[in-house]
Amino acid sequence: MCLGIPGQIVAVTDETRMMALAEVSGVRREVNVACVLDRPIGDLVGEWALIHVGFAMALIDADEAAKTLEALRDLGEAQEALEAMEAGQKALEGQS
Amino acid sequence: MKYATEFRDPKAAKAVLARIAAVADEIGATRAAPVHIMEICGGHTHAIFRYGLDKLVHEGIEFIHGPGCPVCVLPMARVDECVEIAERPEVVFTTFGDAMRVPGTRKSLMQAKADGADIRMVYSPLDALELARRNPDREVVFFGLGFETTTPSTALAIQQAAREGLENFSVFCNHITVPEPIKALLDDPHMVLDGFIGPGHVSMVIGTHPYDFIARDYAKPIAVAGFEPLDLLQSVLMVLEQIRDGRAEVENQYARVVPEHGNPVSLAAMADVYERRPSFEWRGLGEIDASGLRIRPVYAAYDAEEKFGVGYAAGPRNVAEPEGCACGQVMTGRIKPTACPQFGRGCTPEMPLGALMVSSEGACAAYWQYGGARATEAAE
Ligand code: SF4
Repeated sequence: MCLGIPGQIVAVTDETRMMALAEVSGVRREVNVACVLDRPIGDLVGEWALIHVGFAMALIDADEAAKTLEALRDLGEAQEALEAMEAGQKALEGQS
Repeated sequence: MKYATEFRDPKAAKAVLARIAAVADEIGATRAAPVHIMEICGGHTHAIFRYGLDKLVHEGIEFIHGPGCPVCVLPMARVDECVEIAERPEVVFTTFGDAMRVPGTRKSLMQAKADGADIRMVYSPLDALELARRNPDREVVFFGLGFETTTPSTALAIQQAAREGLENFSVFCNHITVPEPIKALLDDPHMVLDGFIGPGHVSMVIGTHPYDFIARDYAKPIAVAGFEPLDLLQSVLMVLEQIRDGRAEVENQYARVVPEHGNPVSLAAMADVYERRPSFEWRGLGEIDASGLRIRPVYAAYDAEEKFGVGYAAGPRNVAEPEGCACGQVMTGRIKPTACPQFGRGCTPEMPLGALMVSSEGACAAYWQYGGARATEAAE
């Protein structure tokens, strides 16, 4: 929960709510980008960010993203984050 | 356990290990008289064990595992309050999965869920917001838990709820801060600490200045570090070099992610939504001044404490720790987890008695997961 996971911003989903779609290890999920909005939201597409509990908290470069992801995989935290995302999805569907 | 040769960059790791050893020798650190370095963050504790860094570094360096695992410092009373809120028929209680198995006096959230309470694990407070939108006839409560890394997300979620006028969303705020418990540990005459490894992702939010007091008032070195093994080794070296040179500074090993002044948007959201509580209870550490956050009165409509009359606001509720558990002593570095009489007996990750066994970031769980050999060593 405390370690973020790198994700690539692939599309803007809701400009007013500052939401974008991020791809995290092949899984897509909506994230809030308010904390990294140092430019027009559309220009964030393609950038990598450290994502914490659904919020992009820092922009990082692709190399840093790859290294961080590897460290998180080693720690088992990458899997944990992906499972948590899945659990969140289930909670919305009322099945959890 | 991974060894230096398995690191992504084994040459670099070996070089840093050699420099650590040289500086440790220079300052005369030995197994009998070690330098005590506290890694504050639970993520660092996990990484140190995962890579066996405590065994790889010079024997004169001892890691003291800090209070930086939010699940581990959550007192039983707070879990009881969560259960109390979750058991109300109108409530959908949402939480990060990490909190599910923390024992309360009556039950954990996991047990409450099995008993029929509508408790859902979510990945993000945004999931809780969405649940509130989709279920206007239910009260959706989000359990706000964690340090400054997760605090902004809850604040931003509350601001969003306020913009939308979502009346059926509230947060049970138990957010805590990193600098205050460090100050409490430094004020504890029993603690022997020579330097700190600062948390990376907390610092990404708050910057490095909140640690200035450690160097200025207590003359201790601190290096903020990333999570890769090489990051951790480099930060250990930075701390040792400061000790050797008689310096006490706040250094930033993780500057590629941690800006000196933190993340302005996060800080603004936190300042808007939260205020400090006069004090807050930490499992194993007791009450610590100004170490917890509560929701400001302007956002009272989103404050579960106000809505349900449950929580810190509702009066003192100190609950004794379970018998025979040594969480407090482990938390303050007085004993190693293996010295707790319950370790591996009454307390395992499957059936945790204390919270340090619940999360992979807790010292006891880390010892259990990676330290099988060490447990036997200690028992011999
Ligand atoms: S082994 Fe269990 S009871 Fe003992 S200190 Fe660790 S978490 Fe607490």
